[in-house]
Amino acid sequence: MKLTLKIWRQKNNADQGGFVSYPIDGISKDMSFLEMLDVLNEELSNQGEDPVHFDHDCREGICGMCSLYINGKPHGPQQTTTCQLHMRSFHDGDTITIEPWRAKAFPVVKDLVVDRSAFDRIIQAGGYVSVNTGGVPDANEIPIPKRIADEAFDAATCIGCGACVAACKNASAMLFVSAKISQLAMLPQGQVERKERAEKMIAQMDSEGFGACTNTGACSAECPKGISLTNIARMNREYFSAVVSSENV
Amino acid sequence: MSWVTKTLSSTLGRKLIMALTGLFLILFLMGHVSGNLLLLKGDEGKSFNIYAEFMTTNPAVKLLSYLTYISVIGHVIYSILLSRKNKAARPIGYAESRASTNSSFSSRNMGILGTLILIFLVVHLQNFWYQMHWGEIPTVTYDGETYKDLFSIVSFSFQNELLVIGYVVAMGFLAFHLSHGFASAFQTLGLNHKKYSPAIQTVGKIYCVAVPALFAFMPLYIYFTS
Amino acid sequence: MILDSKIPAGPLSEKWTQHKFNSKLVNPANKRKYEVIVVGTGLAGASAAASLAELGYNVKAFCFQDSPRRAHSIAAQGGINAAKNYQNDGDSVFRLFYDTIKGGDYRAREANVYRLAEVSVNIIDQCVAQGVPFAREYGGLLANRSFGGAQVSRTFYARGQTGQQLLLGAYSALSRQVANGKVKLYPRTEMMDLVVVDGHARGIVTRNLITGAVESHAAHAVLLCTGGYGNVFFLSTNAMGSNVTAAWRAHKRGAYFANPCYTQIHPTCIPVSGDHQSKLTLMSESLRNDGRVWVPATKETAEKLRKGEIKANDIADKDRDYYLERKYPSFGNLVPRDVASRNAKYVCDEGRGVNETGEAVFLDFRDAIKRDGEETIRAKYGNLFDMYQQITGENPYQVPMMIYPAVHYTMGGLWVDYNLMTTVPGLYALGEANFSDHGANRLGASALMQGLADGYFVIPYTIGDYLAQIGPKPVDANHPEFQKATNQVKDRINQLLNIKGSKSVDYFHKKLGKIMWDECGMARTAEGLKKAKAEIKALRVEFWKDVRVLGDNEELNQSLEKAHRVADFLELGELMIDDALNREESCGGHFREEYQTPEGEALRDDENFAYVAAWKYTGENQEEELHKEPLEFENVKLTQRSYK
Repeated sequence: MKLTLKIWRQKNNADQGGFVSYPIDGISKDMSFLEMLDVLNEELSNQGEDPVHFDHDCREGICGMCSLYINGKPHGPQQTTTCQLHMRSFHDGDTITIEPWRAKAFPVVKDLVVDRSAFDRIIQAGGYVSVNTGGVPDANEIPIPKRIADEAFDAATCIGCGACVAACKNASAMLFVSAKISQLAMLPQGQVERKERAEKMIAQMDSEGFGACTNTGACSAECPKGISLTNIARMNREYFSAVVSSENV
Repeated sequence: MSWVTKTLSSTLGRKLIMALTGLFLILFLMGHVSGNLLLLKGDEGKSFNIYAEFMTTNPAVKLLSYLTYISVIGHVIYSILLSRKNKAARPIGYAESRASTNSSFSSRNMGILGTLILIFLVVHLQNFWYQMHWGEIPTVTYDGETYKDLFSIVSFSFQNELLVIGYVVAMGFLAFHLSHGFASAFQTLGLNHKKYSPAIQTVGKIYCVAVPALFAFMPLYIYFTS
Repeated sequence: MILDSKIPAGPLSEKWTQHKFNSKLVNPANKRKYEVIVVGTGLAGASAAASLAELGYNVKAFCFQDSPRRAHSIAAQGGINAAKNYQNDGDSVFRLFYDTIKGGDYRAREANVYRLAEVSVNIIDQCVAQGVPFAREYGGLLANRSFGGAQVSRTFYARGQTGQQLLLGAYSALSRQVANGKVKLYPRTEMMDLVVVDGHARGIVTRNLITGAVESHAAHAVLLCTGGYGNVFFLSTNAMGSNVTAAWRAHKRGAYFANPCYTQIHPTCIPVSGDHQSKLTLMSESLRNDGRVWVPATKETAEKLRKGEIKANDIADKDRDYYLERKYPSFGNLVPRDVASRNAKYVCDEGRGVNETGEAVFLDFRDAIKRDGEETIRAKYGNLFDMYQQITGENPYQVPMMIYPAVHYTMGGLWVDYNLMTTVPGLYALGEANFSDHGANRLGASALMQGLADGYFVIPYTIGDYLAQIGPKPVDANHPEFQKATNQVKDRINQLLNIKGSKSVDYFHKKLGKIMWDECGMARTAEGLKKAKAEIKALRVEFWKDVRVLGDNEELNQSLEKAHRVADFLELGELMIDDALNREESCGGHFREEYQTPEGEALRDDENFAYVAAWKYTGENQEEELHKEPLEFENVKLTQRSYK
């Protein structure tokens, strides 16, 4: 396959950045998208040009490190992570536009690499159960209905890649935040800090500069793990009931 | 900041206001459209005029109308606040976007649709509401009682083709706005449930077609029948 | 130096309890005066950092990823073992201990493995309390499955994403301590060297991957939780960033490296599709429960298949060789990982491989679908089939899957004593980075168990013993050793940037990987190993002469990051070969063709090789020095495995 890659290049956060087009040839349909970029980088490197920087690590769709806004969609045309996207989803002669995630809360570090530490700070605000190591009850002490456990699991499959933010027209992080709040709100272990968690995580989310939710559903449609919008509704409930009933004035 | 202002200035709090005011306006539209159906009664506007008098004088209705004004103003102000925050959340946009593959047209254009509806609303209020309250309006007498003849104003206005077209088009905008807004308001309130959400979706779909269609039908009816 | 494993005296089942009692404690008021560095934030690192911070120590946690949540523990699929015996099927701490020792082909320490089995039960409790959504039965209690040929159901799981859920649990505990101010997090920061002062580990040198800043950090103890070194093979199931640098730097500063040749090759991975391949994807070995492994009976048929003249489904049963069922009638397709892997290699070496590269065998579900129906198979393996189709573009419900073994886990690592301390006092190694618990072969669902055991339940006790002894006196961050180590790192960066050669870092990495895979992979011979050693030496020389690293240090520079890692792999590779040459026996993941039974099975030599081979670094381009820690077995009888 012969392709034209239109890639966002930006030396660092202070740089203005812009698109650069690269023709590339000899791409096999069995390559993953990132392997195609590896080929480009090998060529650039041989020509003495700085390779295109992009985030990636496990390359099996679970670590959430890879990003890329490909042809107008986060993680490209398939509902999967970029590392699991293969070149057979494209055609010979295509022009592929590759951009970084765009959000105020995800500043560009270099080229296609963005800083997603805002997500870490949201989790630090309350995305945990405050139990120290040791001194916990036996694992089977509290039975959890299978349906609840399964639903909590569905929320917990979030890989924190940020595609929801990238897809949302408002760069909103609601799907990410709601997935964590939901997981812990459903499980008995999360009950103790339930109200405080919702209030704190949402306050942190707002302070990071993410947008609000317009319920377009783009986040869920593009989420590689198919996290459901039900979680956002649940988060809203959790938040409203928390602010009304908690003791935090 | 007190917890109330803090909550109402959070993204979720602002969304809550959008949802509550939106739902109230949806209720208002229900009342409005049912009242306006009296226009079609064929009694030379008698029922409609009596109804209009009632709507402008009854204290309970007055209270509701203030709530409606507040809702409209609140809905507009908060939409501006939210839009500004949302814009700021993505200072640099994408060069290429295929949002149509992941979300509906209406959901992505609520602000624009809302603005168009707001423009319509201003025109609409000037046409009738202002006239009814403060305008020079002819009167009629039914059973010895004098009433403002709003019906004649309406009938006269809808002789104007441009106005009729404007109204019909505006109802199209309203339909799109509601097609997303109806169910979205419930989602924002957290009312998402396997049992009830499908019903909400269905009612929303019927509502967003039926109510604007009825509204649009009235000027057309008047235009073609008089 | 005599390696003192510090295994406590007394009966096996009381060693750990006794040891905890005998360990010195740090006064609670003094804990805040200690600094601890944790490198790596996978299961071992995140759990250790969180637990130590909860105790009151000041922790600095480092990871090269953009967030601690991305460490490669996240990719573990199958599950985590624990001797809970919730299923009432005869499991016990001793049975888990026994299975692990035996599975490791009797090359692990009894005391360590027993402790692992003992604390395994606490891990599950801890994870559930954190909100890890393990699979459950309809009654609301935890579900278990049997895994990797175990006779009991002791594996806890969260669909095929157990590693992810456990890591997110540990990450949440870590995040809580970050919020509490007890852990300072350094993401996108790579450890470049260890600082040793007066024989004790006293800090590390790091490079900020975004700004390129080289800095040193001082602490009372350093914990390396940096995972395994499978990427020495270039292609493996490891994440792209997984590397040996932290462990290797520590090795060069005095930490012995134990059993480097023990690598686990997983039999069910998606085969390489071409030269562009950057990584391999594992599919759960549960697939072998229903899939039948075969290749064409003759080379000629295989050739036609490779050319695309015939299709797999066209080949009649009589022309197929279900070689595992043929050779191992009682275990069939369910033979252990190493046996399954080696046999795949044999048939492909004979020219009977089935994909374009000739390195793949079929895993066929035709008969299972015929027997149970497509729906049943979909319910069991749907997600794996989807993943396969996503990657290969072929529908495994209609055509047989193609699989090939791939490097998956490294049992070797830094030598540690019972306290998880390396031969450098104050330097600890946890999880896959150490060598201690899996012997020559790791059982399925045991890696997660070990990482969390080390981090949650071992290190919080054992580190106290050391810290109490050295006292809370602040570590002098201005000691000349810090500046010296920092300068050395800077020199190395400059050296790499100034070679300005003609070949990319990947060129060398791929070459190294091929040498390692061909000669130090599934089957090894003295002759091949010797050849490989010479090749690696030459490659290393070429690397330092001709590698091209573009860009500057003062920016995000992924080629520079890679260059550092590959430079260390080039040294580690040679040590792995030394170790493989030295170990003149076959055991677990290490198969020397010269040492096999007449039936072609691994032949252990317990008389001469029941020891841990710990290697001491002696200097640039010098042969490393072998130290032996004899393994004593008092509670299990050494037997030969047989799967006939």
